[in-house]
Amino acid sequence: MTDTNGHATTADTAQPALSPENAQVIALTRKDFVSDQEVRWCPGCGDYSILAQTQKVMPDFGYPRENIVFISGIGCSGRLPYYMNTYGFHTIHGRAPTLATGLKAARPDLMVWVITGDGDALSIGGNHVIHSMRRNVDINMVMFNNRIYGLTKGQASPTSEFGKRTKSTPSGTVDTPIMPLTIALAAEASFVARSVDTHTEHLQMTLERSGRHKGSCFVEVLQNCNIFNDGAWRDFTDREVREDRMLFLEHGKPMIFGKDRDKGIRLDGLHPEVVTIGENGVTETDLLVHDETAEEPYLALVLSRMFWPAFPVPVGVLRAVPRPTHDRLIEDQLAAAVAKGGPGDLDAALNGGETWTVE
Amino acid sequence: MTVTKELAPDIQELERVTIRFAGDSGDGMQLTGTQFTRTAAVFGNDISTLPDFPAEIRAPAGSLPGVSGFQISFSSSEIHTPGDQPDVLVAMNPAALKTNVGDLPAGGALIVNSDAFTQQNLNKAAYASNPLTDGSLKAYTVFEVPISVLNERSLDGLDMTSKQKDLTKNFFALGLMFWLYERSMDPTTSWIDQKFAARPVVAEANKRALKAGYAFGETTEAFHTHYRVRPAKLDPGTYRNITGNEATALGFLTASKLADRPLFYGSYPITPASDILHQLSGYKAFGVKTFQAEDEIAAIGASIGASYGGALALTASSGPGIALKSEAMGLAVMVELPLVIVDVQRAGPSTGMPTKNEQADLLQVMFGRNGDSPMPVVAPATPGECFDLAIEACRLALKYMTPVSYLSDAFLATGSEPWRIPSVADMAPIGVDNETDPLTFRPYQRDPDTLARPWAVPGTPGLEHRIGGLEKADITGNVSYDPDNHHRMQTLRAAKVAGIATDIAPLEVYGPDRGDLLILGWGSTYGAIRSAVERLTGDGRSVAHAHLRHLNPFPANTEDVLRSYRRVLIPEVNLGQLLMLVRARYLIDAIGYDRVRGKPFRIAEIVEEAERVLAEERS
Repeated sequence: MTDTNGHATTADTAQPALSPENAQVIALTRKDFVSDQEVRWCPGCGDYSILAQTQKVMPDFGYPRENIVFISGIGCSGRLPYYMNTYGFHTIHGRAPTLATGLKAARPDLMVWVITGDGDALSIGGNHVIHSMRRNVDINMVMFNNRIYGLTKGQASPTSEFGKRTKSTPSGTVDTPIMPLTIALAAEASFVARSVDTHTEHLQMTLERSGRHKGSCFVEVLQNCNIFNDGAWRDFTDREVREDRMLFLEHGKPMIFGKDRDKGIRLDGLHPEVVTIGENGVTETDLLVHDETAEEPYLALVLSRMFWPAFPVPVGVLRAVPRPTHDRLIEDQLAAAVAKGGPGDLDAALNGGETWTVE
Repeated sequence: MTVTKELAPDIQELERVTIRFAGDSGDGMQLTGTQFTRTAAVFGNDISTLPDFPAEIRAPAGSLPGVSGFQISFSSSEIHTPGDQPDVLVAMNPAALKTNVGDLPAGGALIVNSDAFTQQNLNKAAYASNPLTDGSLKAYTVFEVPISVLNERSLDGLDMTSKQKDLTKNFFALGLMFWLYERSMDPTTSWIDQKFAARPVVAEANKRALKAGYAFGETTEAFHTHYRVRPAKLDPGTYRNITGNEATALGFLTASKLADRPLFYGSYPITPASDILHQLSGYKAFGVKTFQAEDEIAAIGASIGASYGGALALTASSGPGIALKSEAMGLAVMVELPLVIVDVQRAGPSTGMPTKNEQADLLQVMFGRNGDSPMPVVAPATPGECFDLAIEACRLALKYMTPVSYLSDAFLATGSEPWRIPSVADMAPIGVDNETDPLTFRPYQRDPDTLARPWAVPGTPGLEHRIGGLEKADITGNVSYDPDNHHRMQTLRAAKVAGIATDIAPLEVYGPDRGDLLILGWGSTYGAIRSAVERLTGDGRSVAHAHLRHLNPFPANTEDVLRSYRRVLIPEVNLGQLLMLVRARYLIDAIGYDRVRGKPFRIAEIVEEAERVLAEERS
């Protein structure tokens, strides 16, 4: 992905940068994206890694620093913009997508990132997530999912497991958790992906893909809160078990997982099932082949609902489809209006309707 | 109806006439009223209108809640209100009669569609007996016109159902009123041709209905007289009729041009503010970007985002939506970005009466946020003035880097008056500079005169910085929990808004510059107060009128003005909100006068209250 200085290596430059003319004149490194603010997350927090990977991939996009904006809501994730040496806006709880929508509509030239958490995006800000996605606002939304309210010190979140005991749910939460990627797909997001805070290479690759996608991107990052929900995803993300308990999606490849690469996902009617290659006559050709570009997101929806322990947890890009962006559609309408009747004439607008003259 | 001169046996000249059209909400009364208004405006009368319609799109036909009304006052002299009481009431059904006849003064003319007074309709209007026959209307001059039957007859031979034909009867009523007040049918005829160009049968039917109503007035012996109201002597210029919402939208469009900033308008549909969104969405050729958000919060959030990006950004709503926007309004105060928040007020609390008027959100926009959160507040006084105050709100927002509240209301928004069209070339540009110098840029370094912070928009090299809702360190804008810094920042934010007092027009007084009584108002009470003061001074009373367009801060001379009178009376369509601010700020024992009926003040109410205060003062 990137070398130690954060420079793009050949693997990245295979895709053209978004602004090639800028890419030629700008040679930024990770350090250029580190702000002068002291990072203040708890020691050991997964957010450090997400910040580091974000800073690492930033130079690859070819945008000058001043054309990149990070917008966040409230929660531990909300602090991230302070640590990025770009433009940044730490807004209010749940509303970051709304500011990003307005900013991107007003300024299509900017690259806009939205940093959010499971509470910020899926509880208080759920409505805005849905609508920014269905509009295909050209933003990169990165949702840190630690299944807990960290900043308020440990209450159940919308992704907390059913029955989870927290400060606010001493007898266990009675709420069924929400599936973030299912929500994003249902909301028509044109890019949907998942990664893990500690899988640094995979996370970089995922953020890189998001940054290069034109349209609404929803990236769920499974993140550990070592203070209020330590080991949130340990059951399947730990190094020793991840090969057997996670499914690394690759476009065009059959869905194979396991240390021995002998497990796969097959469709039984409408339901996915785990099969072992070589057992009961199962061969690789029986397995689902990943297609992130499918026009209808049936497959992606199936993947979005697969979770440990019933299934390996899919990570990678579930969906990446081209769709006209919100800002482009707005600009097109303005251009069409000018093409039809010329630029607006203010005096004519003021004199609209019936007028009469008093001598 | 003030009769000034008798011309011929059948024409009387009047100075001013007030007509109210009332019918079922399916009867097209708003359209009828609007057409009469256009005709009177183009003719050159001064006009003032008051639509009054139910919130329900269609309440059950013939029911009392389904009654829709439109009042227009037109005059040969300057007028300020749509009239306290109608001179003529046109009632298309029993429910319309029942809900409106109480406003008609004794001797007033009552024109009813007698065909609609069926037993069924009488029942729907809860009339125990038919008012046309039981003598209960004897105080009025009643004209029973079988409008439905006459209208249907005039449409004989047209390929339409009876029901379709019945839908045109409002044009019959309009035609009759045109005859009665010597109006040309031409503006309406050409409007019909344009509106129904694709449906020639409907156009023909409406025109026939209009002419039939006119002819009925001309030929029937029921109406002995018709009336003439000459054009008013307005200042020279080109005029159009304009509603407050139209003027608001045009004001913002103009401000965008004057400031040379693209306009971004984030909004969520809400009565009575939606028309601003409709209108601005038609200005795409001007580069105006309108955004219909998923909710009120997203609407203001998007506008703050656009403002951050360098646009002239606005959001609009009514009271319930402003409540939802409050947290984001606080964010705009904290990050000190320019933003105009339009509140087209309606009767509250909660959903209240969505189509009815009230001016009860003043304290909400002043104080309805957490923490000390100072925000300038402006309020237009008339529909036409919405244009000027929209520009003023933008000027303040851009110059002082602050959100500004703009308080219109349902009466201003939907009411209309003739508006002298200004020339863009005559207007002062709104100068706005963005910060560009990386060497001197500090996100919260303030302009020494305005205390505004610099506007550094993304895309400017070298100015990368972070802002947000957390308290800022003075100068650097970094997050700060330092106690003294917080105190300093709170004081600076307050001082910035307070300092605007010297940059706004002083409070003007109409009438004697000192005396017994000052009537102080704000917003849409202007017309009623001005008319009342004209009447009172005409009767020799020592009464003056001052009207605030800036509610926060008050103009610098406000206290001097208030202390120049023995008493200060503050009529408001709320329970004393400006009163509270004035008393708190100046320790002046002002007197409140409140009427919250979902309707504008009547002139007579204010005259009466002023007389009461004057009498009390004398005794």
